[in-house]
Amino acid sequence: MAETLMTPDIASTEQLQWLAICTLDALVENAGVCALLANQRQVALFYLPTLTPSIYAVDNYDPIGKANVLYRGIVGSTAIENNESGKQTHTAFVASPLFKQQFLLSSGQCLQQDDVQLKTYQVRVRDNMVQLLVAPEESAWVTQV
Amino acid sequence: MSKKKNIVVVGNGMVGHHFVEQLAQQHDQQYQVTVLSAESRLAYDRVHLSEYFSGKTADDLAMTSVEQYQAWQVGFRTNAKVTDVDRQAKRVTTQGGEVFEYDTLVLATGSYPFVPPIEGNQQPHCLVYRTIDDLDAIQASAAQSKVGVVIGGGLLGLEAANALKNLGLKTHVVEFAPQLMAVQVDSGGGRLLKSKIEALGVSVHTNKATTSISEGQQCRYQLNFSDGSVLETDLVLFSAGIRPSDQLARDFDLELGARGGIAINDYCQTSDPDIYAIGECAVWQERVFGLVAPGYQMAKVAAAHIQGQSLCFTGADMSTKLKLMGVDVGSIGDAHANTEGAQSYFYENQPKGIYKKIVVDASQKTLLGAVLVGDNSEYDTLLQYMLNGIELPEFPESLILPLASSDAPALGADALPDTATICSCHNVLKSDIVSAIDQGACDVKQVTACTKASTGCGGCSALLKNVVDAELSQRGVAVSKDICEHFAYSRTELFDIIKVGKIETFEQLLASHGKGLGCEVCKPAVGSILASVWNDYILKKAHMPLQDTNDVFLANMQRNGTYSVVPRIAAGEITPDKLITLGNVAKQYNLYTKITGGQRVDLFGARKEQLPDIWQQLIDAGFETGHAYGKSVRTVKSCVGSTWCRYGVQDSVNMAILIENRYKGIRAPHKIKFAVSGCTRECAEAQSKDIGVIATENGWNLYVCGNGGMKPRHADLFATDLDDQTLIQYIDRVLMFYIQTADRLQRTSVWLENMEGGLPHLQDVVINDSLKLNESLEQQMATLIERYQCEWKTTLSDPDALKRFKAFVNTEQVDESITFVNERGQIRPTPVGIIPTKTIESQASEQIPVIDSETV
Repeated sequence: MAETLMTPDIASTEQLQWLAICTLDALVENAGVCALLANQRQVALFYLPTLTPSIYAVDNYDPIGKANVLYRGIVGSTAIENNESGKQTHTAFVASPLFKQQFLLSSGQCLQQDDVQLKTYQVRVRDNMVQLLVAPEESAWVTQV
Repeated sequence: MSKKKNIVVVGNGMVGHHFVEQLAQQHDQQYQVTVLSAESRLAYDRVHLSEYFSGKTADDLAMTSVEQYQAWQVGFRTNAKVTDVDRQAKRVTTQGGEVFEYDTLVLATGSYPFVPPIEGNQQPHCLVYRTIDDLDAIQASAAQSKVGVVIGGGLLGLEAANALKNLGLKTHVVEFAPQLMAVQVDSGGGRLLKSKIEALGVSVHTNKATTSISEGQQCRYQLNFSDGSVLETDLVLFSAGIRPSDQLARDFDLELGARGGIAINDYCQTSDPDIYAIGECAVWQERVFGLVAPGYQMAKVAAAHIQGQSLCFTGADMSTKLKLMGVDVGSIGDAHANTEGAQSYFYENQPKGIYKKIVVDASQKTLLGAVLVGDNSEYDTLLQYMLNGIELPEFPESLILPLASSDAPALGADALPDTATICSCHNVLKSDIVSAIDQGACDVKQVTACTKASTGCGGCSALLKNVVDAELSQRGVAVSKDICEHFAYSRTELFDIIKVGKIETFEQLLASHGKGLGCEVCKPAVGSILASVWNDYILKKAHMPLQDTNDVFLANMQRNGTYSVVPRIAAGEITPDKLITLGNVAKQYNLYTKITGGQRVDLFGARKEQLPDIWQQLIDAGFETGHAYGKSVRTVKSCVGSTWCRYGVQDSVNMAILIENRYKGIRAPHKIKFAVSGCTRECAEAQSKDIGVIATENGWNLYVCGNGGMKPRHADLFATDLDDQTLIQYIDRVLMFYIQTADRLQRTSVWLENMEGGLPHLQDVVINDSLKLNESLEQQMATLIERYQCEWKTTLSDPDALKRFKAFVNTEQVDESITFVNERGQIRPTPVGIIPTKTIESQASEQIPVIDSETV
């Protein structure tokens, strides 16, 4: 279980590339905004300045509500117990604005339905630009930000 | 198989009905039950009879229905007074000549009001207070009267006096004894009760024996007293006690009690073993029991005995707790300290109007009785001490002394023995409640559903809740009121923390009282409280992340992620030009257009990025936001009222506009809807609203806490014939009290139903200022009204707030995933085919977007 979560597909990793999305100040503190990829896929970007890392990117499509809405959800946290240390950590999630299912921002895992998981993207900030690690078909149209 | 046994029940009062219920619950139908009622309707709730005058109908009071009896296969006749009993042939005859054979006859004929043999007591406006027909007669008479007198200052007399007062009469109570409620209350309590009732505007005359009723000078009649004094009145209501309706027993030679009543043994059998008598017509060991609980007990005993089970009637506790005209009165056991060697402790607080007395046995170990006036808070505890013989604490007075109350050995639910009676009306023991919980009931509602506890007089509801909560927490079931994992507080507590601590942001509150980041439960709840306390612009940087998506985009999100737009159309009144503007905007943006249930126009299918442009046009045309997206004051529906309607008696549109503009945009635990009707025909359907106003000849009747939706509830009549100013004042207070004390997402209907003391308590708070809150409630409301702003107007001039309206942060492209098809000449979202099957239940009803956003 842990393996499938943590090991990305090596073959495709080599082709992934960083795509510039927007400047940092286009994000909204403690809430989400939305970016469009070349293949019409939408990504929800959340900025939680008190956390490390502070920016998270997950697929914007709510597979349960079946609409592109997740960036409009309310961001929150839930205390999750670490199996080994027994320590509780506050893990960030977004609650779907349609039917309120919660999705962890780090893994995309739905907390109410084990078999539902959102695609997640790696994010970084370079020169004040927010960048996403995406596949070639997602970045084919080179956008002017 | 032998044929079914015939059981004929004479009388269909509460006790007679309870008997029928006992047998109907038996599954093997060995009995054919036939009910013969002298009244025109089937059983109704006589305990709450006075509520007939505060808006309840005969249907509301009904305890059963024709359909119910048919389903139980119970035969019945109404208007069927029994006139003949042939004990040899075992059959009865009704006044209509119908004959019924019986194997067993049950007499549940109840009692009749005693009318003292005073000269002139048969005149037209000399009435009694017992049946719904009596109440109709009182109402009719009151309509032609200004002054009313109740003869008799007992429990029922005071209730009747309250009814006369509510009917608008100048009311007097005349009592033969030196004090009021002489049976239940001692002289000290009676003295205080008198002063409290007089303070409410009812004149009390004790030590007065009425000798005759003659023609009056100013009023219709004049009462003449034995001491030579007189009292003028238009209406006389006799409430001088009850007498068992034992005529059948007299006529057909059943044994009677020494002072009347049908004598019964411990099985409720009369001197003829095939005839039983139960309720107020029966006398057991020379005692008549004029309360419903012992009557129910007799019904159970008789039903059991008929079925061959052994259950005995062993007398009954006559303790009572009630609120008379807002005054608490409690009487337990030996209130008059008649027991030999009994000793008493008193506490009296004249400034606050509180009187308490406990009566203990000679050893001071056992409680024998108690009297409480003005404060019933110790009633439940004292009753349990008395009923269960629980040993008193070392200083018994600590049970009633206020200063010691924190040290008083509060009799927690745990301390009660399993045999403690929690609900005396339905004889529910603590052990019954425990076993209901063992079988899976996990809140008061479910326990009530399976035990019937607190469905009689309702007096035990607080105690029941204590027992249920204690049992649940013993089982480790958390009866937590915490709003979520981030705040260990209820919404009401958070409200106080924010208000008293002058907390203005979620961050401050989280730092001082919470943990984690918050969530979709606490964030909108706190956002709503902040708005209710400070009424800041909700999209301020600090507040925006707290809001649900509807509030963030100031529009209602629909199933495909587009939004609907609802401008305010106060009271549903709109000019043709404004209608044309709405049409033009809808056309320009190709929006699906629908009239809402709240008399507005809803424009669907707007993309988020279109919302600012749409609203710019609407605001330019003079519209403002309609708050259809918020948990806030929504609409005030109105009918056209006296300006146009032939029937209208007040200008309902004008009042509706005034109300809508006063409260528009105020945020609350849930949405709030109003309506104003211009006459009693009620075209605006005000009785289904949180706040309903109905015009009368003299002003406005105010209804509160109704709603439609999943669980409809008729609003309760709160106050009558109000002038404009008082109406607004009451609405201010009710709304603000709701906003401050309701749970998150709790509508006014549920709020009121969960309120201890219910409607009378709310009336007490709002009308009598019993909690001394009104000044602050009104101030708080004034602040909210003063800080109103059109959120769309503010948003259009705030670049930061507009940031989130862009479709994408990285491109100007439109969202191509949103598509529409055409239907009946308008757009609708392209069907996705599948509706999610698994939703989080508690939230589902809140969040499923549906087409008419204003009616859900």
